[in-house]
Amino acid sequence: MFKYFEPNKIFSITSKAPNYVLLLFFIVLSIGLFEALVFSPEDYKQGDSVRIMYVHVPSAWISLGIFSLITFLSIVGYIFKIKNFFLISKSLAPSGFIFNIIALVTGSIWGRPTWGTWWAWDARITSMLILALFYLLYLLAWRIFNDKDKVFKATLIITVLGIINVPIIKYSVDWWNTLHQPASINIFTKSSIDISMLFPLMIMTAAFALFSLLIFLMKYNTELIKIKNKGLDRL
Amino acid sequence: MISEILLMNGYGLYVWSAFLFTLISFASLYFVVKTQYVKERNKFIAKFGALNSERASLAETQSMNKEILSSTSNI
Repeated sequence: MFKYFEPNKIFSITSKAPNYVLLLFFIVLSIGLFEALVFSPEDYKQGDSVRIMYVHVPSAWISLGIFSLITFLSIVGYIFKIKNFFLISKSLAPSGFIFNIIALVTGSIWGRPTWGTWWAWDARITSMLILALFYLLYLLAWRIFNDKDKVFKATLIITVLGIINVPIIKYSVDWWNTLHQPASINIFTKSSIDISMLFPLMIMTAAFALFSLLIFLMKYNTELIKIKNKGLDRL
Repeated sequence: MISEILLMNGYGLYVWSAFLFTLISFASLYFVVKTQYVKERNKFIAKFGALNSERASLAETQSMNKEILSSTSNI
């Protein structure tokens, strides 16, 4: 089964895909921006500041999702010795990190009119900051270590330690008294968010997911070409 | 209508700065990754061009090398 993950096979798809993904991203983002900034209603409590949710929440979701995926790929890649999984993880990390930063900054901007402060050391915000540090460590590990085995081990340790923080982020609003409101969207129970706000939120999430896919494809292609450049040197 | 969207009942500065920061972050990451891609691809093309005919034909036997050279992606 793992032969389908060989770079040669994947490159034939990933080299052609970015143009289509970019086009689709622009279309979905345009619809999402109109929905978020123009058509969606203001909140009865927070007023128009609630619109920040349409960039803040999808960014947080995607940064958490990417870190979980990186961890899964690193563990499976290490157990089954699939080097390509590490390459996929490395290519996913930059967009995950950027989404983490966007979630922190837009959360801070949202906090000012809502809570009256730019920053608070509450459980949700602090744990998101810790996730950003794990992302940073992960990216640095790829720069610091030249030896493949060392970098695979180092990134595995970083992701395994970092993944402990992910459920803490998710449940921090339930476990501690924080400034953050509890989750408004639940998969298994009824969501408290109105459909008029859920719809633009889902469109923006789709747009952000497409952007992370685009960055992943470009980064992955770059990494594969880097490997081929080394291969040409050895010819 | 336009001023309503811009001012957003006094929250305009916060809302627009959050969206602007997001879009600037997207554009910055896109251009950084694109620059890296173009740099590596150009390096590959230059190295491939410098190969003698025997090595070039050997390199061409690998499908991925051919695909990099003929890559139509304009990202």
